[in-house]
Amino acid sequence: MNRIKQKLQEDKKILSIYFSAGYPNLNDTVKIIQDLEKNGVDLIEIGLPFSDPLADGPTIQESSTTALKNGMNTVLLFEQLKDIRKSVSIPLILMGYFNPVLQYGVEEFCAKCEEIGIDGLILPDLPLNVYKEEYEAIFKKHGLINVFLITPQTSDERIKAIDNASEGFIYMVSSASTTGAKQGFGAEQTNYFDRIAQMNLNNPQIVGFGISNSETFEQATQNTKGAIIGSAFIKHLTKNGVDKIGDFVKQIR
Amino acid sequence: MKSYHADERGYYGEFGGAFIPEMLYPNCEELRQNYLSIMEEPSFKEEFQQLLRDYVGRPTPLYFANRLSKKYNTNIYLKREDLCHTGAHKVNNTIGQILMAKKLGKNRIIAETGAGQHGVATATVCALMGIQCVVYMGEIDIARQAPNVARMKMLGAEVRPATSGSKTLKDATNEAIRDWINNPVDTHYIIGSVVGPHPYPDMVARFQSVISEEIKKQLQEKEGRKNPDYVVACVGGGSNAAGAFYHYLDTPEVGIIAVEAAGKGIHSGESAATSALGKVGIIHGSKTLLMQTQDGQITEPYSISAGLDYPGVGPMHAHLYASGRGEFISITDDDAMKAGLELCKLEGIIPAIESSHALAIFEERKFKKNDVVVVNLSGRGDKDLQNYIDYFRL
Repeated sequence: MNRIKQKLQEDKKILSIYFSAGYPNLNDTVKIIQDLEKNGVDLIEIGLPFSDPLADGPTIQESSTTALKNGMNTVLLFEQLKDIRKSVSIPLILMGYFNPVLQYGVEEFCAKCEEIGIDGLILPDLPLNVYKEEYEAIFKKHGLINVFLITPQTSDERIKAIDNASEGFIYMVSSASTTGAKQGFGAEQTNYFDRIAQMNLNNPQIVGFGISNSETFEQATQNTKGAIIGSAFIKHLTKNGVDKIGDFVKQIR
Repeated sequence: MKSYHADERGYYGEFGGAFIPEMLYPNCEELRQNYLSIMEEPSFKEEFQQLLRDYVGRPTPLYFANRLSKKYNTNIYLKREDLCHTGAHKVNNTIGQILMAKKLGKNRIIAETGAGQHGVATATVCALMGIQCVVYMGEIDIARQAPNVARMKMLGAEVRPATSGSKTLKDATNEAIRDWINNPVDTHYIIGSVVGPHPYPDMVARFQSVISEEIKKQLQEKEGRKNPDYVVACVGGGSNAAGAFYHYLDTPEVGIIAVEAAGKGIHSGESAATSALGKVGIIHGSKTLLMQTQDGQITEPYSISAGLDYPGVGPMHAHLYASGRGEFISITDDDAMKAGLELCKLEGIIPAIESSHALAIFEERKFKKNDVVVVNLSGRGDKDLQNYIDYFRL
């Protein structure tokens, strides 16, 4: 069974951490993954850096730019990850923009992911209809779960369509914003979380955007399966390098 | 019959579509569902036509360039978009989109700009309608385009520097898209070219199509025929070209010539000739030809002309190129500057450097004596004076 699905069956709230591959240093990727697993994180999103990350705020823009300057690219990331399954069993997701995947070749990319032991992909600018028409069969053939996003503006009808097309979890963007733009949650988020909870979707939801500490993690996971931290973790890496990953995870839960 | 227009899903052949993150889906979907019906509303049409006539100064003349024609031994007409209010064709689109924004109930406008022409055209229509306007502009472009920054400020717009990435047009576009993600309900994004996710390429092309609509009428009056043998336009993102080609796309007897900026030469590493150097990929929500690394990172283009300095090209043009319907020629900085100066000397018209690229094809390519060639003179050269001064040491 796909590691993501297996993890989602556990009776616990999921803590997912995102980082940009190749940041802060080109060869930190494997150590970051190993330390996150060691410190009890449930799921990891490995960011494939892109030159024009238009859904990301300044923190992830900068970590992507630095990663690219460090020399990160798709071929190199796969090379770094080739033995990752010898040392970790945590579910791994690659997250990035669609163009680098398209240039690598979608079929080749998915095959490589399967070979390495990647469990899912998040490609925010690969739209639902294009995925269904052109790529779903390829993803499935290689055992990859495709994760879709929803936002407070997504209509109920579309959320249902996304739920039907999903088979792991739904990435619930907490507010109308780019990554790292807002801190904490207000009434709008509470209403939105309640609304989604009442829809009784097939897939569990994991909340992303705006989660940076134990308080926001608690709030976000009250009615959902888990939460994703990205920008706050990148900031921690910027400040502390890769040596104190445990400190960061412990302050979340 | 094969059509070179967008299909209802926003595809030109394999190019186009809407490759956008879910955060942008509601905004684009609202626009997609409404743009055609709004454009068909009599009240919309009437106001659009009236503003194009009384405010922009349309129709712009179709001018027979006598001395230029003699020199190149053919018949050259110039479509004088340089005479539009604000100095270029850009305002045709911003007038259309500000009316669209009003119909959609939006009360805040954002835009991206490179050289500042589209920013000025957007700030202009926002002033006209009394709507709040924020223009994103690369930090580097702000420094090198001071007069246009001042114009936008005088017109009441806020100019926000894009400090990410390479700090130029593509980054200003990223910032505008990010703003739209953060303000999905009250804001309309006025994209300045036939780029971006569906329905933008088609909508902007329709607003600019007034150019070829007028050419048809004017050519009928002057030559007794609606169709020239060739229509020529420069292409960065491609909005003036889309407007000039629009009503001729499905008329195969009219040759379509798109002129791109070769910069310092196609293989110099400093170029913006997307058709020659680009590969299929995704930029700003559209599947099109774009300049990128093997890894799929978008690269920085170069041209002396800020308006042609874009690493992609609108999906309509990608399709014209890939299908062979359009003839694509690239012109270097030097040849464009020479052609610009030549138009000054022969016809008493100082063209924008963008438009100078289109004019330079007469040195590149021979036309027959009886050919009728319409060149879209997309903008005037006032904004480029400093460039001309530096280049020719005036």
